[in-house]
Amino acid sequence: MAHDWPLWEVFIRSKGGLSHMHVGSVHAPDGELALRHARDVYTRRLEGVSLWVVRSNDILASDPSKAGPIFEPAETKVYRHPTFYTIPDVVKHI
Amino acid sequence: MMQLVETAAEAHRAADGTLEASLFDYLLRLGDDSLILAQRLTEWCGQAPALEIDLSLANVGLDLLGQATLLLDLAGEVEGAGRDGDALAFQRDVLAFRNALIAEQPNGDFAQTIARHFLYSSFQLPLLEGLTRSADPRIAAVAGKAVKEVQYHNEFTAEWVIRLGDGTEESHRRMVEGLDWFWRFVEELFESDAVEQPLVEVGIAVDRASLRAGFDARVAEVLKAATIATPVYPRAVSGGRRGHHSEHLGHLLAVMQILPRTYPDARW
Amino acid sequence: MYTTELGKPEQKGLAPVSVEDRALLAAFEARVAADEFIEPKDWMPETYRKTLVRQISQHAHSEIVGMLPEGNWLTRAPSLRRKAVLLAKVQDEGGHGLYLYCAAETLGASREEMTEALNAGKAKYSTIFNYPTLTWADIGAIGWLVDGAAIMNQVPLQRTSYGPYARAMVRVCKEESFHQRQGYEIMMALASGSPEQQAMAQDALNRWWWPSLMMFGPPDANSPNSAQGFRWRIKRDSNDDLRQKFVDITVPQAEYLGLTIPDPALAWNVDKGGYDFGVIDWEEFYAVVRGEGPVAKERMKARREAWENGAWVREAADAHEAKRAARIAA
Repeated sequence: MAHDWPLWEVFIRSKGGLSHMHVGSVHAPDGELALRHARDVYTRRLEGVSLWVVRSNDILASDPSKAGPIFEPAETKVYRHPTFYTIPDVVKHI
Repeated sequence: MMQLVETAAEAHRAADGTLEASLFDYLLRLGDDSLILAQRLTEWCGQAPALEIDLSLANVGLDLLGQATLLLDLAGEVEGAGRDGDALAFQRDVLAFRNALIAEQPNGDFAQTIARHFLYSSFQLPLLEGLTRSADPRIAAVAGKAVKEVQYHNEFTAEWVIRLGDGTEESHRRMVEGLDWFWRFVEELFESDAVEQPLVEVGIAVDRASLRAGFDARVAEVLKAATIATPVYPRAVSGGRRGHHSEHLGHLLAVMQILPRTYPDARW
Repeated sequence: MYTTELGKPEQKGLAPVSVEDRALLAAFEARVAADEFIEPKDWMPETYRKTLVRQISQHAHSEIVGMLPEGNWLTRAPSLRRKAVLLAKVQDEGGHGLYLYCAAETLGASREEMTEALNAGKAKYSTIFNYPTLTWADIGAIGWLVDGAAIMNQVPLQRTSYGPYARAMVRVCKEESFHQRQGYEIMMALASGSPEQQAMAQDALNRWWWPSLMMFGPPDANSPNSAQGFRWRIKRDSNDDLRQKFVDITVPQAEYLGLTIPDPALAWNVDKGGYDFGVIDWEEFYAVVRGEGPVAKERMKARREAWENGAWVREAADAHEAKRAARIAA
């Protein structure tokens, strides 16, 4: 294989009323798979309402030297939350 | 037709011909499909073509495991013989499993795995949509949650069928071969029998035959986008619903069940 | 623990620093000293960038290879719940690898380059994953001890100087505590189970204890190049400090399980307020770092095959996208 899949930056709006926030990136060959990969990687714990992906190459950034049907399934996967495990209180640091 | 039974209680109920016995069997069919498909997906762990795909396959596997747990727990309740989901998953032998043959087929390469799950989810989605209206509220609840998951599974696998079908020559060949493995197992998904008919009549189960047209349309749509010709279906192979499986299930269970079978009274 | 071999001479042969560079370097060091974060487009010394690429990618490789010892028991997990939990954990580890590869990519490394370096045996990953998982109890031991050690290392890295790395660590830490708890819960079930299960648990502890201590790296006395790592906030605690903390926290957890830590020299030291423990077999450690761990070959083979066997899939996706773009352009 000659090259990687393109890199996409991922933005999630976790609640209505808030802005989309940058959470990281994923590789994908195209936009549809980028959305799927972003959903699979970044929303496994009830983490999102709306998801944007943008090709990293398409993002223009300021120069710092010059100045600065998709989320519901996660709802029942409570076993990822640390509180799901019963560890007796007497056991510390866990 | 001889009924295959495992316990005296089951024999009694089957002889009774009660709806309960049928319901137990029906729940096993639904739960075992999800369980065996999930087990197959766990075999991919750490070996997918890309890290992102590893995560996607694990997500599908987790969804299916969740469905299997709910359905098999419910089956155990209905049976009323003290078996829970774990007992059913880890203590039955091949003759007592009720999954469709398509579920237990080997992963093969990525195209074969995608083929298996695209076909299965294209059937499972309308099945679950129907089951959200089941006269049994417990089944309706499980279906309500699973429908959203399976919508996702079907879209995800369809996207890969298309990309592999309309990708390179090699991927096209592998996608055609992958699908080719499974055409003989499609018809079984839409078969009904004396176990399910009474349940359909009272609105608990969905009439599988009614799902075929929608399935065919969905498959045709995706194959077209994948530049793959519609199949000529070969002679159907079935038997899973009666406990007559392929050679693959025994090996799968031997691996899956080894710990509970080796340590029968242990709790984990 | 992801800094193994980072002290190797890589700093040799860099171009002499100009007057302008010296000013930039001073400004950079001041920002780092003030606990500020360095972001991808900020000026940074080339050594800093290279060191970070190696450390972050080693960390990422560790997560990916780390999926294999646990993945080994996924098909045999003894209950539906254990299977689901283990699958979620392994999936998380894949996700962590992903966050970290992406953080390294912000520094100019490519995913493909990093993957090929791993597959070629040129890149390192945490030594612990070169040990085999022989029983179900190993899965408990890994969650309890290996994730426990990883947490110890990762919590302070949430304030490492490089922004994308720090943010990846915040995500990782949130998910990691579930990992350790699930491992410990497995150990609890075994330790209170049948005699065979108890024996299985003790046997796993016997085999995973010392390799877990080795995860923290060589003794401070043998890590001469750490000073720069500390100054640049890439390294936040010394190996020996973390190792001591780990022992002090974990011994009571083993006592609660009724299991014996396989170290006859383990003893509470009243004066230091911590445990004295035995000597680590550093020959074993360095052998494993060299790539001679018990199942190093198996791990590398698995990763290579996954990558190579998947090439046609990745190419197909690219080809499909190229066709689609061409159709739109036409």
